[in-house]
Amino acid sequence: MFSQLFSPRYFCATAAVVMALTGSATAFTACQVTDTGGIDDNSFNQTAWKGVQDAVTDFGIEARFLESQAETDYEANINSLIEGDCDVIITVGFLLGDATKTAAEANPDQKFSIVDFAYDPPIANVLGQVYSTDEAAFLAGYLAAGMTQTEVLGVFGGINIPPVTIFMDGFSWGVDYHNAQKGTSVIVLGWDPDTREGLFTNNFESLDDGRAYAQNLYDEGADIVLPVAGPVGLGSAALADELGTDRLKIIGVDADLYLTDPEKGHVYLTSITKRMDATVRQVIEMAMNDQFEGGLLVGSLDNGGVGLAPFHDLADAVPDDLKAELDAIRMGIIDGSIPVGR
Amino acid sequence: MTDLSMNDLMKAKVIGRTEIEDLVVVPLFAIIVALLLGAVAMLATNVDLGTIGLSYLALLKGSVGSLNAISETLTAAAPLVLAGLGLALGFRAGLFNIGAEGQIVTGGIAAVITGFSFAGLPTLILLPMSLLAGALAGALYASIAGFLKATTGAHEVISTIMLNLISYRLLDYLLRMPAIQKEGRADPISKSVPEAAELPRLLSFLDPNLRVHAGIFLVLIAVAIVYWLLFRSKLGFEFRASGENAEAARFAGIHSSVIIVAAMATAGALAGLAGANQVLGVLGRATPGFSAGLGFDAIAVALLGRSHPVGVLFAGLLFGALEAGGRQMQVDAGVSIDLIGIIQALIIVFIAAPLLVRAIFPWGFRRDREGGS
Repeated sequence: MFSQLFSPRYFCATAAVVMALTGSATAFTACQVTDTGGIDDNSFNQTAWKGVQDAVTDFGIEARFLESQAETDYEANINSLIEGDCDVIITVGFLLGDATKTAAEANPDQKFSIVDFAYDPPIANVLGQVYSTDEAAFLAGYLAAGMTQTEVLGVFGGINIPPVTIFMDGFSWGVDYHNAQKGTSVIVLGWDPDTREGLFTNNFESLDDGRAYAQNLYDEGADIVLPVAGPVGLGSAALADELGTDRLKIIGVDADLYLTDPEKGHVYLTSITKRMDATVRQVIEMAMNDQFEGGLLVGSLDNGGVGLAPFHDLADAVPDDLKAELDAIRMGIIDGSIPVGR
Repeated sequence: MTDLSMNDLMKAKVIGRTEIEDLVVVPLFAIIVALLLGAVAMLATNVDLGTIGLSYLALLKGSVGSLNAISETLTAAAPLVLAGLGLALGFRAGLFNIGAEGQIVTGGIAAVITGFSFAGLPTLILLPMSLLAGALAGALYASIAGFLKATTGAHEVISTIMLNLISYRLLDYLLRMPAIQKEGRADPISKSVPEAAELPRLLSFLDPNLRVHAGIFLVLIAVAIVYWLLFRSKLGFEFRASGENAEAARFAGIHSSVIIVAAMATAGALAGLAGANQVLGVLGRATPGFSAGLGFDAIAVALLGRSHPVGVLFAGLLFGALEAGGRQMQVDAGVSIDLIGIIQALIIVFIAAPLLVRAIFPWGFRRDREGGS
């Protein structure tokens, strides 16, 4: 097999290899370090990577990524990319916050951008991408409260960190709002916005955990479950697929999971989208046009950075009144007449 | 060159041709076959030949191709060698300890707690104290399995696996305790250790990105100590005698229960040290995933090193190189990091089946001994 490497047919390829190793890239290169869920998690990391791919299509740049296998990899992965002629390094996830800060301070000329982390005080060469996810989750909570037959909803998270709990906060508040407006008494299992305690898998990897946690919530009566844990939620979707959507529906997070997880697409009532792809693409565009500066980029319901995905297969199951109410609440949140929170 | 020095070391003891074949030739061929099959795996997943060549070049470049690469290889190898030494020692004593992962976790968390609890002490006192706490915690945790085996006969494979699972939950629980959890965070993450408790980075004056730290000295000392312990001390003789034939050892007057607990405790101390090495040298704190499956990779390292301290050192360096180089493979060739896992697994398969390697490479071995020992 290796002897073939040197046959004429493959000589060009071999030569290209050598060229690539010795020559330096001239095109703009965007690099990404994922969190531990992996680049193909159908949700969190994949959405952020889609932003880079969009930039590749739109601007003709080059792109690289490194998957983190464990938290010990963060610093090493960022360092490998610093060696790799990256024009901008995008780190994906709150847990990379400390490693990104360290690297940014050690390499002040390197542009960094991090998803889900805001530095206080800001760092001159780091642009944070944060999202008002609670606004979209509020809508999802209101929707779920209007759809539940059992008046019990379930939610669980990956790790108890702000970018995860903001989903759970918004969802709970949306349910409370429905209860206040409609006189219902829907309860949310798995998260208490006041004590900040709830149900967490403590990882962003295990599909088995996703299934087990959804099963527990289902056993306690929940007929709609919101897993906020990246690929872990795919396990919950598998359970809903087996039980049937009459008994259990799932609300997706980050991407529109109906589209990214088409095999189980029918179990998703909706998804709380967090358009990391849009903000990542924007950051790359800013870096290309020398408009990059440290600070914050905030995605909200208003600018489309967060939102509620279409109902797809379950569109007929959602009453028209409820759809109209959701539209009204959406406008209310944007113009500030409906405060998200309590 | 490494193989030569290894050969010399082997010759220092009276070791026959078969041992050299087992210690050097089989692992070497296993690595070659694994790399070839790794290329086949890449071909099967529609990676073209050019990219495969590029990825193996990247593997080389990322593991030994630059100062940073060597620094990363050493950083990744250090905990694997430390934990691998512990496991090798256990294997010599006939104990198949699967619990290095749990011992790394308990050792790491103990080192972190000691580090931030006694902040303010000078490095010369605080660093050894934190390392010692890690070793001690690992030793105590491993002794549980040893004690259970010695007193009730509970098999160490089962009890150490269970103790691994317990250690994960224990870590989750401890990291949420107010005395340990970092201020202002709701997620499980410990306070950071003060600089005085950190294993100092050796080359940060050249480039702050070079992560290699004083843990590598710890590794070399540990290799020497374990070598002495196993082959030069009375205790080590008793370990090996019990491992070769527990019954015979008992009749020769060796207290098997004491040996079991002592061997587990020593193994645990080394694994605990590996955990302390990670939190004090790499992370500076403890998080739920800090053990990162090192304890399981270390089993492979111990097996690949044929449970010999020097073999474990080289096996650990190889696995460290694969990890550091694997990162470069992703960057340069866009090949999945999972492929490195496949190559590591293939190496183990061939190490575990020396007959297979002998069958594939008959000319690498003495003809009349075909069939293995």
